Amino acid sequence: MRYLPLTDKDRIEMFETIGIKDIDDLFSNIQKKVDINPDLKLPNHMTEIEVEKNLSGLAGKNLHANNSAFFLGGGSYNHHIPSSVDHIIQRSEFLTSYTPYQPEISQGTLQYLFEFQTQVSLLTGMDVSNASMYDGSTSTAEAVSMAKRITKKNRVVLSSSIHPHYAQTIKTVSGISDEDLSYKGDILENLMDIESQIDEDTACVVVQNPDFFGSCHDLSYLSEFIHKKGALLIVVVTEIFSLGVMKSPGDMGADIVACEGQSLGNSLNFGGPYVGLLSTRKKYLRQLPGRIVGESEDVDGRKGFVLTLSAREQHIRREKATSNICTNSGLCSLAFTIHLTLLGELGFKKLSLLNHEFTCDFHDMVSRLPGFEVVSKSFYNEFTLKLPINADDFLDSMSKKGILAGIPIKRLLPENKNFDNYIIVACTEMNSKDDFDKYVNSAKEITS
Amino acid sequence: MNEKGENKGLDHDEPLLFDIGDLDKSGVDIQNPKNKKNLLGESFENRNIGLPGLSEPESIRHYVRLSRKNYSIDAGLYPLGSCTMKHNPRLNEKLARLDGFAKVHPLQPSSTCQGALELIYEISYWLKELTGMEAVTMVPKAGAQGELCGMLAIKQALLSKKQSHKNKVLVPDSAHGTNPATAAFLGFEVITIKSREDGTLDFEDFKKKLDENFAAAMITNPNTCGLFENEIIEISKLIHDAGGYLYCDGANFNALVGKVKPGDLGIDAMHINLHKTFSTPHGGGGPGSGPVVFSELLSDFCPTPAIEKNNETFILHENINEKILSMSFGRLSAFHGQMGMFVRALSYMMSHGADGLRQVSEDAVLNANYIKSSLEDVLTSAYEGYCMHEVLFNDDFLEGTGVETIDFAKALIDEGYHPMTIYFPLVVHGALLVEPTETESKLSIDQFISTIRNLAKKVQEDQDFFKKAPKYTPIRRLDETKAARNPVLRWKKEDVIAAE
Repeated sequence: MRYLPLTDKDRIEMFETIGIKDIDDLFSNIQKKVDINPDLKLPNHMTEIEVEKNLSGLAGKNLHANNSAFFLGGGSYNHHIPSSVDHIIQRSEFLTSYTPYQPEISQGTLQYLFEFQTQVSLLTGMDVSNASMYDGSTSTAEAVSMAKRITKKNRVVLSSSIHPHYAQTIKTVSGISDEDLSYKGDILENLMDIESQIDEDTACVVVQNPDFFGSCHDLSYLSEFIHKKGALLIVVVTEIFSLGVMKSPGDMGADIVACEGQSLGNSLNFGGPYVGLLSTRKKYLRQLPGRIVGESEDVDGRKGFVLTLSAREQHIRREKATSNICTNSGLCSLAFTIHLTLLGELGFKKLSLLNHEFTCDFHDMVSRLPGFEVVSKSFYNEFTLKLPINADDFLDSMSKKGILAGIPIKRLLPENKNFDNYIIVACTEMNSKDDFDKYVNSAKEITS
Repeated sequence: MNEKGENKGLDHDEPLLFDIGDLDKSGVDIQNPKNKKNLLGESFENRNIGLPGLSEPESIRHYVRLSRKNYSIDAGLYPLGSCTMKHNPRLNEKLARLDGFAKVHPLQPSSTCQGALELIYEISYWLKELTGMEAVTMVPKAGAQGELCGMLAIKQALLSKKQSHKNKVLVPDSAHGTNPATAAFLGFEVITIKSREDGTLDFEDFKKKLDENFAAAMITNPNTCGLFENEIIEISKLIHDAGGYLYCDGANFNALVGKVKPGDLGIDAMHINLHKTFSTPHGGGGPGSGPVVFSELLSDFCPTPAIEKNNETFILHENINEKILSMSFGRLSAFHGQMGMFVRALSYMMSHGADGLRQVSEDAVLNANYIKSSLEDVLTSAYEGYCMHEVLFNDDFLEGTGVETIDFAKALIDEGYHPMTIYFPLVVHGALLVEPTETESKLSIDQFISTIRNLAKKVQEDQDFFKKAPKYTPIRRLDETKAARNPVLRWKKEDVIAAE
């Protein structure tokens, strides 16, 4: 077996040192209770060639962003990842190290996380950020739990236009009862409607921007109203590139910002692994969950980095911890920070704008299609489209032509029958004029 | 940045990105936007963010220089107990990067991602077969989220029986911190169970604490002392008689994989850390993946989504109003779990097969016991008898020397090793928990043993040697109190101005 270095000769020598005759002697106390060496209905070991053929076969059955005209978003976006990103994250010292418990031999990880925390804080316009969470949805749920701890209130108001998976995750993970949770999925929400739902018992209001259906909002006025009521504003961002052309959540008055960072450095991966970002105001720092890296000095007075504020964490506080989380999304946050370093301010803003312009071009083409209606009044790189036919039929026909043409809203909001004909379409810098032509021509053919 | 730099041979002093980057520099060529109309509405703003950029050669050098300040399993033995730092096969990296996995969107029509769904179905089968359990959910994103998932299923099961008054969760004092944190996060009352002198759970103390409000016990097996909880079947019977559930922390599954089926031990839920037992890379602290297997008692309460095989078609069920999910506790995160990790783990499982996986647990346990036998005369074993895949020492051997566990660990760094886990589990004074894993050769382990023996001898002679360690690292011992008292958690422009 290619991954196991011990030889039979080694094993026998080791048995002698330990004073056993057979490996099962080490399992003898278990053997008194249950069978050991059970029969397994599994194949025996395979060569590298066999495994590669087997799994490549499964990969070959999938349509993907590189063999289709691709228009999917909804919290997961197909952006170009510079070749050097994947090269660096596969360096042994990043790939095969663990949590930097021993700072003297982990400064590489600690320094990039410190840089990551700074980049995230700059993007979100907030004071501090942690070293990442599992993904955007769990980061949002942690933000809600954090707001409940800070305000010592229970009611949570979710905007109707946040990602439905995020709403469901908040409900489960933050353990909010139906009475304490206000949410209904709706395409064209008027954010003014939220105000009527906020009362004195409201811990926080969660708003996604750009929202799940694509619309962009200035939240400055809403945040003032929320703060007057003694509640916190949590802003969710699922497309990080939008922050290159929009006001930052911090400038609009957010108290906590939770983002999905997948767009930078991380592939679609059928939904994971991704990287959650979590930022807040300095005054709420002690309630921020997860790993945090801070600066310090060594015994010779040299600057260095350590994991810090661990008094919040489960391995010290156990049942009194801020969260049960005990890892971050290490390697995904590394991919994020390398990609952003390569882009820099210049590249990030250029790419950010380019995504929007491509989407505007596509918007102009698709809105001229007979029977198609763009529902979103403003958008960044995705918008909601009303089709002349049923969304599932449309998307199925399009996929047969090699076009992944959008996400059917009713897949995520199945209770609401009004959404049968609505889809969300997204564009990125990866789309070409050919993709747009292919989409429009095929859509015409299918719906005529 | 230190102007003169403090390079030491191959170890370069590497400034912060913010000290070397430039707002006008980019390592990516991008076509120019046309700057025509925008449809962003009122939220549009061309703001200054402050993100420094580097060209590609500068970026590569920055991160390569940083990487060289890290220890890694590829470079040496990484005996971090409870973490299972084993070799990460590169085949798995290659396969996870195939376009047909990496470039598939989670919300594609099911008809266009049958291969992805089949892979999840396949790895689910392997996990159920290896654990002998009824059901599995692949959704949780890490071990701690797996714990949350298992405990949510238990909460839902109690709710369905109208027994929500049952709110006590028993957790041994040797447990990982995530166990009590998870239970408390869900509103359970956490009751601590003592460990006995022999390192296993105190059966009598456990019995005493069972009452009508008992909901569940969270037990790690093998436990964090590296010992098998031999009374697990009796404990399971007590738990079920009391109408509760047995959650098993599966962090130490590497000791049992292919050798013992946890399903035979009477457990109801157990998470499996794919990044430990099944070798997906630890990546400096994630991403992980923590699927949970369930017994018949809990199998209906799995989170959404679920994958069903109907003839040759794989169906993804996401809507909790569907029959198959009618008892589900709901959604744990967006989408379907850590697909990239599933590909790597399945590749690992297939490479090893049933025979290879059994050899994994045997060699892991053998290596740990070999270390125990070879060091028992110079260190002090916390417990007598054989251990499982990790061996626990206490700090009795340091008594009277002035050297503490942390000093011993730091001295090990100067000898070229990542230290073992220290000061955990909490039940042993000055704990040193050593987990070699099965992917170390005998030569590598013999060298490690010889290093430890030399250090153990030196403890009696040269206290200063330990107190001043490490000496040969890019940076020496750091002031952690200072970092927490006056937190500097990001670079700020003002700091630079102030310094000037």
